[in-house]
Amino acid sequence: MWSSLPSFVAVYPETILVVVASALVLLDRVVKFKDVFTWITLATVAVTLGVVYWTVGTSFAFSYAADSYALFFKTIFLLVLLLATLISPGYGRVVGIHFGEYYGLMMYAVAGMMIMASAKDLVLLYLGLEVMSLSVYVLAGLLYSDMRSLEGAMKYFLLGSFASAFLLLAITYIYGLTSSINMEAIANYLGTHGLLANKALLFSLALFAIAFGFKVALVPFHMWAPDVYEGAPTSVTAFMSVGPKAAGFAAMGRVFLLALGTAKVGWTHFLIPLAVVTFFVGASLAVVQTNIKRMLAYSSVAHAGYAVLGIIAGTKEGMSATMMYLFIYALMNIGAFGIIILLRQKDFLGESIYDFQGLSKTHPVAALLMLVFLFSLAGIPPTAGFVGKFYVFRSAFEAGHPLLVIAAVLASCIAAYPYLRVVMLMYMRPPEKEVTLNLTGYLFTSLAISLTGVLLFGVWPEPLIHFARLCCGLAP
Amino acid sequence: METLVFLYLAIVLVVTSLLVVTNRNAVHAVLWMLVMFFHQAILFLTLDAEFLALVQIIVYAGAVLVLFLFVVYMINLRTELNIRNFHVFWPVAATVSIVMGVLAVEAIKDFKAGPVVGDMTPEVIAKVGHAKVLGKALFTQHILSFETAGVLLLVAVLGAVVLTRRIRFKGDEV
Repeated sequence: MWSSLPSFVAVYPETILVVVASALVLLDRVVKFKDVFTWITLATVAVTLGVVYWTVGTSFAFSYAADSYALFFKTIFLLVLLLATLISPGYGRVVGIHFGEYYGLMMYAVAGMMIMASAKDLVLLYLGLEVMSLSVYVLAGLLYSDMRSLEGAMKYFLLGSFASAFLLLAITYIYGLTSSINMEAIANYLGTHGLLANKALLFSLALFAIAFGFKVALVPFHMWAPDVYEGAPTSVTAFMSVGPKAAGFAAMGRVFLLALGTAKVGWTHFLIPLAVVTFFVGASLAVVQTNIKRMLAYSSVAHAGYAVLGIIAGTKEGMSATMMYLFIYALMNIGAFGIIILLRQKDFLGESIYDFQGLSKTHPVAALLMLVFLFSLAGIPPTAGFVGKFYVFRSAFEAGHPLLVIAAVLASCIAAYPYLRVVMLMYMRPPEKEVTLNLTGYLFTSLAISLTGVLLFGVWPEPLIHFARLCCGLAP
Repeated sequence: METLVFLYLAIVLVVTSLLVVTNRNAVHAVLWMLVMFFHQAILFLTLDAEFLALVQIIVYAGAVLVLFLFVVYMINLRTELNIRNFHVFWPVAATVSIVMGVLAVEAIKDFKAGPVVGDMTPEVIAKVGHAKVLGKALFTQHILSFETAGVLLLVAVLGAVVLTRRIRFKGDEV
C-alpha cells in the first residue's frame, strides 16, 4: 500500500502559505518599503482561497482530508488572515511591528490552523496545533518593550505548553486503548469493542476537553486570555481572538464528533458544565472591565461558551451552527478591534472605555460602526450576531438541552451590559478627550468588509446557512 | 527480571525528573537531567528501540544538554526570583494534582490494551533493522507529520530570532 507516495494535492494550500511566509521572512532584510508585505499577504490569501476550493475532495492517504468540513474552516481562517492583515499596516507603523516577519508569522499560524482543521490523524492534529500556537506566542510578544506584552506572551506560552501536555496524554490513552491514531479507525474500534464505559476512555475524554478548553478559552481554563489580549498588539489580539479559537473548534469537532462520536454521552458530561460556567463567568467579568481589550477578552470567553453549545448538541446541525457562529464572530470581532485600532495614536492608547466617551459627536461614522459591531456581539437583531446565536441555541435545544439553552440566554442578557455601556458612553456623554482617527485605506477596507458581512448576514443569512449545512453534509 | 529492571528505571526517572524541576541550582538541575536521559535511553533499549536509544544519547544527552548548559552559564542565574504570586496557589495546585493522580490511577486500573496491529514483531524488526523500519514509516506513512514537524522547528527558530533581534535593535536606538 505504501510502495509509492500519495499525491500531495490536498496540502497545496498549506504549502503555499508556508513557502510565501518563508519568502517574506527572508525578504524583510532587502525590502525597505514594508507595505509590499501587506500586498503579498493579501495576494496569497486570494490564491490560497482559490486553491482551497480547487482541492476540495482530495485527501492525503488516511491522515489528511481536504473535505468540505475543512473547507468551511479554511474559509474562516483565510477571512481572519485577510481582515487581520488589512488592520495591521497603520497600527503596525505606529507601534513598530510593520515588518515581514509579522506577516510571515501570521501565515505560518494560518497554515497550522488549516492542518488542525483537516487532520484525521491525532499526531498531525497535535503538530498543526503547535505550529499555530508557536507563531501566535511570538506574535503576542512582539511589543517587547511593553511589559504587558511580554507578560502576556509568557503566560500564553506556559499555559499553552501545559495544554499541549494534556492533549498528548489524552492521545496516549486513546492510542493505548485502540492501537490507532487515525480518527476513523478509532471511531470504528470504540463502537465495536464495548469500551464506552471504560474509565480510561472517560479520563482521556476529560483530558481532551481540558486541552481544547485551554485553546478556545473555556472557564476555568481562560486565565491567560485577558492578560494576553490586553498585552498583545491590538492587531494580533484581533487575529488570535478568532483564528486559534476557530481552529480549536475545528479540532474539537473532528475529535469529539468523528473519532469519539460513539462516546458522546461521556464528553457531553464534561462539556456541559464547562459551557455553563464559561458563559456566566465570561459575561459577569466583562461587566467590570474598563479596558476595552480586556472587556472584549472576557466577551470572547463568553462567546466560546455559546459556540461550544453546537458541539454539545453533537449533531451535524449543531456543528454547522457552530461553524456559522464562528464565521460571524470573525467578522464582528475583528470589526470591533478595527475601531480600537482606528483610535490608536502614537501617544494615545485608546484602550480605556472612557476614551470612547462622546465619540458620536466627534466622529459619528466611527461611533456608528462601533455601535453595529457591539450590537452584533451582544446578539441584537438585525445584525449577524443574532442569527449566529439563534442557530446555536436552536441546535442545542433540538438536541435535548433546554435548560442549557435557558442558561445561555440568561447569560447573554448579562453579557449585553458591557457592550451597551460602551454604546451609552459613545452616544449619551459629552466628549472629554480630543480623539483623532488614524485611518488608512487598508483599515477602511477591513471595516467595510466587516460591516457589510455583519449587516448582510443579519438580514439575509440564507447563503451562509446553506453553505455551513452543505459543508457538514446536510441538505441545505 | 524484566519487571525489576523496569521498576528501577521508572523510579529513577520519576525521582530525577522531580530533582530537575525542584533543584535550586540550575547547573545541578541540568546534570540531573543528564542522568534522566541516560535512564530513558535504557528504557528504550528494553523496548527493542535501539535507534531511539541512540538518538536519546547522541541528540539529547550530547547536543541538547550542552546547549542548556551554555544558556545556564550565559544568563548567570545567581539570584533566584522568588515571586509570591506563584506560591499563594500551592494548596489549589496540590489538590488538583492529587485529584488528577487519583483519576489517572483509576483510569489505568480499567485500562484495556488495544490489539496488536501491523506485522512489526521484534523478530521482524531485528531482521530488517530498526532504523530502516522507522525511516520507512516516517517517510511514507507519516511523511506529512514529518514535514509539519519541520515547519514547526522553522517557526520556533524564526520566533527566537524575531524576538531577540528586535530587542537588540531596540537597544541600538536607546
